Amino acid sequence: MSVSEGATDTPAVEIAGLHKWFGEFHVLADINLKVGRGERIVICGPSGSGKSTLLRCINRLEDFQRGEIVVDGMLLTQDIRRVDAIRREVGMVFQHFNLFPHLTVLENCTLAPIQVRGMPKREADEHAMHFLERVKIPEQAGKYPNQLSGGQQQRVAIARALCMSPKLMMFDEPTSALDPEMVKEVLDTMVALAHDGMTMLVVTHEMTFARQVANRIVFMDAGQIVEVNAPEPFFANPQHERTKLFLSQILH
Amino acid sequence: MDAPAPALSSPSAGTGAYVRAAPAPFMPPPPTTVGLLGWIRARLFPGIGSGVLTVLIAAALIWIIPPLIDFLLVDAVWTGADREACLPSPARPEVGACWAFIGDRFNYIVYGSYPIAGRWRVDVFFAMLAFGTAWLAWLEAPRRDLGAIYFFVVLPVASFGLLHGFEPIGLAVVDTELWGGMMVTVVVAAVGIVVSLPIGVILALGRRSRLPAVRLLSTLFIELVRGVPLITVLFMASVMLPLFVPDTWSPDKLMRALVGVALFSSAYMAEVVRAGLQSIPKGQYDAAHALGLSYWQSLRLIILPQALTVTIPNIVNSYIALFKDTTLVFFVGIFDFLKTIEVARADPKWATPVTSATGYIFAALVYFACCYAMSSYASRIEKRLAAGEKR
Repeated sequence: MSVSEGATDTPAVEIAGLHKWFGEFHVLADINLKVGRGERIVICGPSGSGKSTLLRCINRLEDFQRGEIVVDGMLLTQDIRRVDAIRREVGMVFQHFNLFPHLTVLENCTLAPIQVRGMPKREADEHAMHFLERVKIPEQAGKYPNQLSGGQQQRVAIARALCMSPKLMMFDEPTSALDPEMVKEVLDTMVALAHDGMTMLVVTHEMTFARQVANRIVFMDAGQIVEVNAPEPFFANPQHERTKLFLSQILH
Repeated sequence: MDAPAPALSSPSAGTGAYVRAAPAPFMPPPPTTVGLLGWIRARLFPGIGSGVLTVLIAAALIWIIPPLIDFLLVDAVWTGADREACLPSPARPEVGACWAFIGDRFNYIVYGSYPIAGRWRVDVFFAMLAFGTAWLAWLEAPRRDLGAIYFFVVLPVASFGLLHGFEPIGLAVVDTELWGGMMVTVVVAAVGIVVSLPIGVILALGRRSRLPAVRLLSTLFIELVRGVPLITVLFMASVMLPLFVPDTWSPDKLMRALVGVALFSSAYMAEVVRAGLQSIPKGQYDAAHALGLSYWQSLRLIILPQALTVTIPNIVNSYIALFKDTTLVFFVGIFDFLKTIEVARADPKWATPVTSATGYIFAALVYFACCYAMSSYASRIEKRLAAGEKR
């Protein structure tokens, strides 16, 4: 596998024959998925279907037993340097934000650029302020995460991931832990990101968002990809029985 | 929204639709719940049982405190050259605490038999230690990273040079046989404190390691040391060690006790730190790793700062226990603070009925002052953390 630095023709992510077990439990089975550059994919499905686990395999927060994952032309292996190299290119936003509570908003954003990319502090500060402006909270830079609302924290988390200038952004149910009135501000941020051409892999139940920004929707159930389609036909004309059932339950 | 507004203007809206016409006025609380009267009622006499307890405790305090004040202050002897001053006489039938004895033996209690000409070295050591402690204990202090380097690297080296001596710069070597008193207690406690935290962190990480050998060794060490009383560790260090090591190699007595105390407190510290590590949510590791931080970077920048901050009260708690446990070194023949008081009170020059009591009260006051200072520091930190203030 070539380790060429992100030539434009290689896909952002390529997953082939991926299997993962938690003990005896077959949590991911025969996952095959290619994510093109600039492509926005929404992964949906009932809880426990393996959506989050799939994302966590891509940046190796979870181990897997069989199959191949190639991220930005780099084959994901056990080698810790390779894993770190891939993690640098893949930004991740979590359901529970996972901001570092002992650091200010600005420090949350500059930590990895300074420590991992070796960016000088001044430059990292400017860089971070740029992204905090993009998620529309530059005025909170000096505060600590616990002083912010959930929606603001999640936007900081997005800015923090963007500060590493990732080639791919993964969102793991980014609005599920938010109060309803804060969901919109986070989704708006993600829509803006999509418009800027970011490659995005989003696990979410926000079907309006999926309709609005996704190039393709991946429906998973019981650890398998059941159906993949563009949003229009996916919602209008689902093919698989399981997809039909799921959509009938979430769309009223 | 489009329901017709009810005609009600009364503040009570039991059932049915309701729209508030005017905001409820703010009223002062009832007089019996605030002010001095309210406080006395709520805190001292909330019910019959508590009221009786309040009266009993007040009576006990009245019974105990005046005689105590008489003994400690009113009847106390403040000046005098020897026992004559503190003996009861027709002119002075009631003799209280013999503070003159403490004053006379004060230098011995602080420095032990450390040569008088070199005692400034001990004073410098005390000052350096106080400076470092203040630097680290004050959470808003500038450059606390430098403070940590000073406390954990500079201070131990400088203290060794000062107290033990370092010939090349003209500090004569003072054998540890001559060390004693408060100085030894402080040295033992400080070494325990300075050494136990880093070793404790390493052991705690080891116990959580994914490598079975590392985990096993750490667990074994922690459980072994925790399963044995400190006094046993000290006897091991001072009696057993010389049997295995040739005489010329055998480190000196104080050094052996220091190693024993340090290892002992490290094992306890490891468990305290481990509790802190366990309190950090998995999401923090996920986020650190997802950003590309390595294992050691995550630990140093994300996990340990948080884990240690939440455990400060417990860490200080171990330090308090350690500080009091240092008295045990006197069983292996080291003249710590308590031992110097033991020696001083047995001095025939000061043999009076109140000498022993005075000595022990003085020791108790000193230990209490030190431990209370530590514990109130810990509870201040605890309150701050509970309030969720920014750190």
